[in-house]
Parts: sequence; C-alpha cells; structure tokens
Amino acid sequence: MGAGIQADGLTMTYGDLKAVDNVSFEVRAGEFFGLLGPNGAGKTTALEMVEGLRKPKSGTVRIDGMDPGQRKPELMRRLGVQLQAASFFERLTAREQLDSFGALYGVAPGRTDEMLEHVGLVDKADIRTEDLSGGQKQRLSIACALIHDPDFVFLDEPTAALDPQARRNLWDLLRSLNDSGRTVILTTHYMDEAEALCDRVAIIDAGKILEMDSPAALVRGLDAPVRISVAPGMLTAEQAQAFDPEGTVSDSEAELTITTREPAKVLSAMADRGALDGLSVKGGSLEDVFLHLTGREYRA
Amino acid sequence: MRAFKSLSVAMAKGFFRDKMSVFFAILFPLMFLVLFGGLLADMGTSKSEIIQVGPVAVLDQAPPVAREALKDALTVKKSDDETAALRKVRKGDADAVVKQSGDDVLVYYSQADAVKAAMVQGTFQGIVQSANIGATGQPPKFALNAEQVEDDSLTAIQFVTPGLLGWAIAMGATFGAASNLVSWRTNGLLRRLRLAPINTSSVVLARVVVSLTIAAVQSIIFVALGMLFFGLKLTGSWPMMIPLLFAGTLAFMAIGLLAGSVARTEEGAIGLANFVILPMAFLSGSFFPLDGAPKWLQAVGNVLPLKHLNDGMLDTMVRGDGPAAALIPIVILLGFTVVLTAISARLFRWDD
Repeated sequence: MGAGIQADGLTMTYGDLKAVDNVSFEVRAGEFFGLLGPNGAGKTTALEMVEGLRKPKSGTVRIDGMDPGQRKPELMRRLGVQLQAASFFERLTAREQLDSFGALYGVAPGRTDEMLEHVGLVDKADIRTEDLSGGQKQRLSIACALIHDPDFVFLDEPTAALDPQARRNLWDLLRSLNDSGRTVILTTHYMDEAEALCDRVAIIDAGKILEMDSPAALVRGLDAPVRISVAPGMLTAEQAQAFDPEGTVSDSEAELTITTREPAKVLSAMADRGALDGLSVKGGSLEDVFLHLTGREYRA
Repeated sequence: MRAFKSLSVAMAKGFFRDKMSVFFAILFPLMFLVLFGGLLADMGTSKSEIIQVGPVAVLDQAPPVAREALKDALTVKKSDDETAALRKVRKGDADAVVKQSGDDVLVYYSQADAVKAAMVQGTFQGIVQSANIGATGQPPKFALNAEQVEDDSLTAIQFVTPGLLGWAIAMGATFGAASNLVSWRTNGLLRRLRLAPINTSSVVLARVVVSLTIAAVQSIIFVALGMLFFGLKLTGSWPMMIPLLFAGTLAFMAIGLLAGSVARTEEGAIGLANFVILPMAFLSGSFFPLDGAPKWLQAVGNVLPLKHLNDGMLDTMVRGDGPAAALIPIVILLGFTVVLTAISARLFRWDD
C-alpha cells in the first residue's frame, strides 16, 4: 500500500461563505477515516476536494503522492467513489449498472457476479435500479464504487435516508471494506456510525475541524460523567445520592438515574445491595464530544 | 473503446426502455404522418357534384369522348324538382344546379365554396364553348394541352413526408440530448463519470451515436410507412437524405445540449426544447408549405436549421434534384452544430 492521503490547508469559499476553512488531515494507508458533522458542515465539499471533483480555493491534496485534480488515469483507476445521490444510469438493471461501470474501468465481466454476491444482491440482479429499495440502491452504489477493486474508497453519507435496520445491515458491508487493506474515507452525520466504523474521526463544523482522534480517545478526552440507571423502586433518591455525594440523582416513574464520575464505586455499592434490576450504564459518546466542542445541541 | 461502447449501450437502453421517450420521438410524429397522409389523400380527386334539372342539350348530346372527359370533372345527378335541387346547393350538399331554357344554359351555384363555384363555372364555360364550335361545323383552330410539370407520382404525401420527418428528427435529437444531459447532471452521474478514467469525448460521442441510431430508426419507419400505405415514391438522389439527416441530428443535438445546459430541471429542459422546436417546425414548413406566407415570415424561416433540413430533404427525396442540392443545407446544418456546441460548452456544468 502507498502513502495514504494528505490534505493540507483545504479552503473553499462560495461568495462570502467559507464552506471549508483551512482543513488539514492525513489518512494513513489502510485506515478507515470519518468526517463527522451536521448537514452543511462542509464534509461533502471537503471530500469532493480530496477526490479531485472540486478545485480548492487554496490548499493541496496528495493521494499516494499524486494530485487528484490532474485526473491522471493511473490514479483514477485506484479511486472508488460513491456519490451522495445514487448516481445510476436510467432504467438499467443492477447487473447492467455493474457491467457498465466495470467497462469504464476495463474490468473483466465476471467481476459483476462477484460484486453482486459481495453486497448480497444476487437475487436482485435483474431488477431495474428504480425498483430497488433505498438500502439496496446504496449497496449497489457501493458495489459500483468497488467494481475495479480500488485502493482508496470515498463514501459520502452512505447510510443517509435509510431506516435504522437497513443502516445496521449496511454497516457490516462497510466494515469489510478495509479488510483487504483499503483506505476508506467516509462522511456521515450519524455519531453512532462514526463510532462503529471509523478508526479515526475528524469532527467538522462550520467548515473547520474541531477535533481529530479515534472515537474512543475523543470520548475519553472528554472525561464525561457516566449515567447509571436502574428500575424505579430499587433505591430511594437519598440512598443513591449517598453512593456518590458529588453525583446528581434524578428519580422518575420510568427509572432512577445517577450521573457520576465514579462509576466503579457506585456500581459496587449497588451490587452490594442487590439493586441492579433494569441496570443500564451509558458512558460518554461522540454526541457528548460534539456538544462539548460546539457548546450547542447537535442538529443532524 | 469498451467504455465508449458500454456508455452507448447504457444510453440506448435508457431511451428505448422509456415508453414516453419512444412515443414522443417515434409514434407521435408518425401519428401526424398518418393524419396528413389520410387527410390529403382524398383532396386530389374531388369532383364537382351538380344536379341537372330537365333536359340540358350540351350534356345530353355531348359526343362520347367529351362525355368521358366530363366524368372526371363532374358527377351529374338528375332531378325534376328544381326547388329541392336549389335547396341542396344552398346547404352545400351539391355544388351547382344546371338547366336549359331555350339556348341558355343556366348554372346556379353557391358562393359559400368559392373554389367549387369557380370550378363549376369554368367547366360549363368550356362545355358551352365547345358546343358552340361544334355547332359551326368548323374544326377548332387552337387546342389547349395542359400538363403537370412533376411526374404523376407527385401527390401530397410527397411534400408532407420530408417536412414531418425533419420535425421528428429535430424533436428526437433535441429532447434526447437535453433530457439526457439534465438527468445525468441532477442525479450525479456526470460527476461519477468524471471520476472514472475516461475522456469526456467518449461520453459525447456515445450520445452522438445513440442520437444517430434513433434518427435512423425514425427515418426507416417514416419512409417505409409512407411507401407502403400512402404511395410515397423516392426520387433518384434520395440516398443524400442520409448525410442530411446526419448533419441535421448533430445540429439539433447541439440545440438540445444548449437547452440542457441552460435548464435546471428535466421538465424545464423539455419545455425549453418544445418552445424552440414547435414554432421552428411551423416556420420551416414542416406542417404546411410556406409559399403563401408573407415574405418576412419566410425570411425568419431561412435562419432556422430545420428549414434547411426540410428543403434539402424535399429537393433530394421527392423533387428529383441531383445530389448537389443537399450540399448547401448540409454545410449550413454543420455550421449551426459548431456554433451551438461552442456556446453550450461555455455554459456546461458538471453539477448543480
């Protein structure tokens, strides 16, 4: 594998609006990298500059040392791109779409069956794309991006507009993307998605990268309190408060929750009393990180 | 090469699988051909229908040769009821009533149909004149021989087919290019193709090939239907219609690309294409000849590509002109292609 992707000082302006403002990041070869942020944060524009679709106002991109803006065929053959909208030829079947994209990259026709198998669309091979479900379309568009076995894969909001179940199904496919050493960049506005899939995440808002690290490190760095809940009636609010005088307790009809920075102490005290029915423990999440970084509610 | 072939196949499938596109490019213009072909077929043989009241010597005692000739121009019915016969003329059920009183032949006609009225008067003028000459016993000194300049095959369908075919080609090429460009731009496929290791020219060339294929299908169906059902006969240099249609398709593709570059939505592009093509079809004589139109209107027609396509096809397909008649229209059409393509290349966008 090559030297990965370097984006350096990428900036894009539309009139007075700075859509992307001096964004720099590096993606190591074989890494699964996420650009996480709300809609309109500038993720897609940043990704398009990395792909070479959009020429940055300033800044440079190198993929394996090459500038994607020059559209050199030897580099383009190594890039697999799935665009935000499902960009298909009209009125072709799933198989025909794969055959067409394969021909553009000079891929042997046998590859189509392999890809249909890989994304689980064998029984939909002869269905026209217009008649596929949202999840199936996304699978097919990922298959089209992978048809030529690229080294670098760019996914722009692959799970947008999917129902939760279809989203989870797609995750399994996405996780397998960099099994074979591929480098993947994904944009998403789902916190859980970035946490589940990415080795490293850049949190981006209003065109700027706010923080960049592995999801676990980001959450750890936040040092957020843990929320421990049990079924109502197991403990009184006073008893709970006694476990950790620093924590905050809220008692409702549905559950009793202690928010604490000393979860180990609280949990062992609760276990001693046998008061663990309906237990749930929630640590900090990327959502908390985002809230902490921007000081405002996350608007997906 | 494989990329170009696969793009062409994908575009062609996209077109032929869309029933609406196929209908508007092929069946819709054909409907007009059938309509015009059917309408105009009867008009050449319209006879005057007259009612004869009582004996009329010039008709009853006409020599057999003259009687045969009259049969081609007149259908004569006999009646004894003059009032009823006149009422029929007034209502338009008959063209004239003829009767004889003494040596005068009386013809009653209605001015409601001026052409028929003139025809009936002319015919009887002739009948009475020749009867007069016959009465003198002298052989006629002058004879009139009228002959059509075109050969007998020149029926209305000959004039209608090239114009309607020109319109069909114009619609097919313009709409195809416009909607293809807009739909691929809005669904992101253009951007996706831009990230594939292919040249922009393979995408454009694929569209050219598909448009030419559609034009060929339109032409074959048109000409075949015209020949089989409506008596269309092609004249000597008809193969020149092939380069003509080739150049015409390119010119209208360029118009379609321009419409597709300007419009934001597919509906907008189709509307814009319609806005250009339909008036152009009227001004270029696709539906009816413009010989009777005011001079300024004809001048407007001369700056439209469809006019030149129609003229070239008329000259070579049915008027029997030599192959050279197609050259100037082809040059003009290619000129339109170059200029319009250059403009749309400036307006072209990969995405919205």
